Amino acid sequence: MKRSGFWFVAPFLVLYVAFLIVPMVIGLGASVTDDGITGHARFVGAANYVELFGDPAVWSSLWHTLIFTVTSTPVIVLVGLGMALLANRMAPERWLYRLAFFAPYLLPVSVVVLIWNWLYQPGFGLINDALTRLGLHEVGWLSTDGMAMTSIVITTVWWTAGFGFLLYLAALQEIPRQLYEASALDGATPFQQLRRITLPLLSRTHQLVIVLQVLASLKVFDQIYLLSGQGGIPGVRSIVQYIYESGFTRFRIGYASAISYVFFALIAVVALVHFRLVKR
Amino acid sequence: MNRRTFLLAGAALAATTGSACSGSAGLEYWNLFGGGDGSRMTEMVGAIGTRLDAVTLAWGTPYYTKLAMAAAGGRAPDLAILHLSRMPGFAPLGLLDPFDGDLLAAHGLTSDRFPEAVWSRARHNGRTYAVPLDTHPLVLFYNTELCGKAGLLENGRLKPIRGPEQLLDAFGKAGLALAAARDVNPWRLFWTLYRQQNGEGPLDDAKALTALRLLAKVGATTRFTDNNAAVALFGSGQAGFFWNGEWELPTFQEQHMPFDVAPFPQVYERPAVHADSHAFVLPHQRNRDPQRTERTVAAIAELIENSLTWARGGHIPAYQPVATSPAYLKLLPQANYRSEAAEVELDPAVWFAGAASDLQSAAGATIGSVLGGTMSPEGALDALKATLVRLQNTPRPS
Repeated sequence: MKRSGFWFVAPFLVLYVAFLIVPMVIGLGASVTDDGITGHARFVGAANYVELFGDPAVWSSLWHTLIFTVTSTPVIVLVGLGMALLANRMAPERWLYRLAFFAPYLLPVSVVVLIWNWLYQPGFGLINDALTRLGLHEVGWLSTDGMAMTSIVITTVWWTAGFGFLLYLAALQEIPRQLYEASALDGATPFQQLRRITLPLLSRTHQLVIVLQVLASLKVFDQIYLLSGQGGIPGVRSIVQYIYESGFTRFRIGYASAISYVFFALIAVVALVHFRLVKR
Repeated sequence: MNRRTFLLAGAALAATTGSACSGSAGLEYWNLFGGGDGSRMTEMVGAIGTRLDAVTLAWGTPYYTKLAMAAAGGRAPDLAILHLSRMPGFAPLGLLDPFDGDLLAAHGLTSDRFPEAVWSRARHNGRTYAVPLDTHPLVLFYNTELCGKAGLLENGRLKPIRGPEQLLDAFGKAGLALAAARDVNPWRLFWTLYRQQNGEGPLDDAKALTALRLLAKVGATTRFTDNNAAVALFGSGQAGFFWNGEWELPTFQEQHMPFDVAPFPQVYERPAVHADSHAFVLPHQRNRDPQRTERTVAAIAELIENSLTWARGGHIPAYQPVATSPAYLKLLPQANYRSEAAEVELDPAVWFAGAASDLQSAAGATIGSVLGGTMSPEGALDALKATLVRLQNTPRPS
C-alpha cells in the first residue's frame, strides 16, 4: 500500500475517530456508571443494564420503533418504486415529476412537521376541513395513540419516499433499452416486461433501499418528537427518543448510554442477518 | 481591491466580530414565556434601567433541558426563570448558584416581602436559590350569564361553593369545561383536593381515593376534552364553569365574554390550591463575576417592582409591596382571587416532580382517565402508587 493513500483518508479518519469511535468508547464507559450531567460518576457495574431490562418504557418504546419500522418501510419502498416507474415513463414532463417526487426529501424535518401539524389540526386543519365538507367525521389525527402512529407514518412516507425514488430511478436508467425492444418484438405486454425484466433487474436496488430504509426507520426520532409536541404522546415514543429523554431531560447519561448499547446490539443483529441473506 | 483595502476590511471585520463576541454590557436572561406572558415580560425588560438581553426558549421540557445543560457546563446565562417546583431537581445538583443574603437585602428582596409558602420553597440547605416573581394557582372561571340563570350568583358574584355536594350541584346546573385529555390539569385538581384533606406525601390511600372518587363524579358532569376544546367551550358560552389556572385569563378577556373568576372552592377541611411560581434564579457559572451578579440582583429587584405589568396576565405578584398596592387591588378580576396566594400548594418537593416533570405527565394521564370515565378511582390509585414507586426507585440523578 502506498503511503500517499493514507494521507488522503486522514482527514476523514480524524473526524471518524473524534466523533464516532471516541464517543462510543466514552458511552460504553458511561453505561456502567451512574453518570449524570454534573460529572460525578460512580461505577455501578451492570445496574443500568439490569434496570433497563425491567423498565417497561424501554420495551414499549422499542415496540413503537418496531411498529413504525414494519409499517413505514414497505410503504416507503413501494411508493418510491411506483414514483420511479412513473417518472421513468413520462417522457416530456419527466423533469417535473422528478422534482415533485424528490422535493419533499430536501425539506428539513422542522419544516415538514410544521406543514403536517397544520394539515392534521382538528377543526381548521386542511384534512379535517375537507372531511367535514364532504360530510364525513373529523379524524383526531394526533389525539389518539393509534391514529398518531398512522399520521407519523404518512408524514414520513411523504417526506422520505423521494430517497428510494432517486435510487430506483437511477437503477431504471441503467437497464438496457434493447431488452425492452427485443421483448416487445416477441410480443411481451408492458406488464410482462415489468415483471420479467424491470423488477428482476432492480433486485440489487431493492436490497439496498430496504436495508437503508430499515436502518433509517429504526433510528426514528425527529418527526415523532416534533409531531408529539409538548409533553409528547407516550403511545408513539421511539427508543431513540427514550434514550434522549433519559439522558437529557432526566439527566441520567449512564442509563441512557446503557440503553443505547442494547439498541446498538439489536441493530448489529439486524445488520448481520442481512449480511447472511445477501451472501447466500 | 488592493492590498491596503483588503487589510483594512479584514481589520474592520475583526473589530466588529470581536466586539460582538466579547458581548455588550447587557446581562443574559433566559425565560420560557411565549404569547401574552412573553410580550408582558418584554415590556418589563424594556421598562427597567439594567440592560437585559432576553432569550425566550420553548416552554417546558426543552427549556429545562437547555437550562440544565448550560448550567452543567458552567457557562449559563446570568439570569433565568425557573418554576419553583423544579428547585429540588436543580439546586441539589449544583445547577444553581445561591444568592448572597446581604445582596438580596440590599435590594429589598427579603423573606418578609414574599408569601411564606413560596419563599420557603426558594430555599435549600439554608440558602436562598430563587426569588419568586409570582404565584400562579388554579382558579374557577365562571360565566356570569349562565351562572346567573342557574341561580348560582349573589349580588353578581358566585355564591361560595362549600363541600363536594355543592360543587357537583353547581357544575351540574351550569355545565363545566376542563382540560382532562393530554394535560397536567387532572393532576393539579387531584393535588388540590388531596391537600385540602391534609393528605401527606406519597400517598394516603383513603384521602387519595376520596379525591379520585369526587373527580370521577366531576368528570361525569363534563365532556372529556383537551384544553383547547375546553377553552373553546367556555369561551363560546357552552359551559358555565372552566376549571384551570389563572393564566387562561387573557384568553377570555380578549373574547369580551361575560365572566368572572373565583378562588378554587374549598371542598374539604382546609383551603388549599395547586399552584406553581415563576422565580428568578442564578444558573451555575464556573467563573462567576461578582459585579455582574450584583447587577443581576439589581435587575431582579427592578423586574419584581414592575410586576404589576406581570399581574395583567393573571398571575399573582409574589412581591408583597406590589401585591398589596392600591393599583393591584383595583385590577379586576385578578384581585378577586388574590387570597389564594396564602393557600398555594406546590408539587411535592421531590426531584421527579414539578412543572413539565415525569410525575406531572404520568399522573396527569392517569387521573385524566378517571375524569374521562375509562379508569376507576381504585384502579387509578393503584396506577398512581405504581408511578410513585417507579419514580422513587429511579436513582436520583447526580
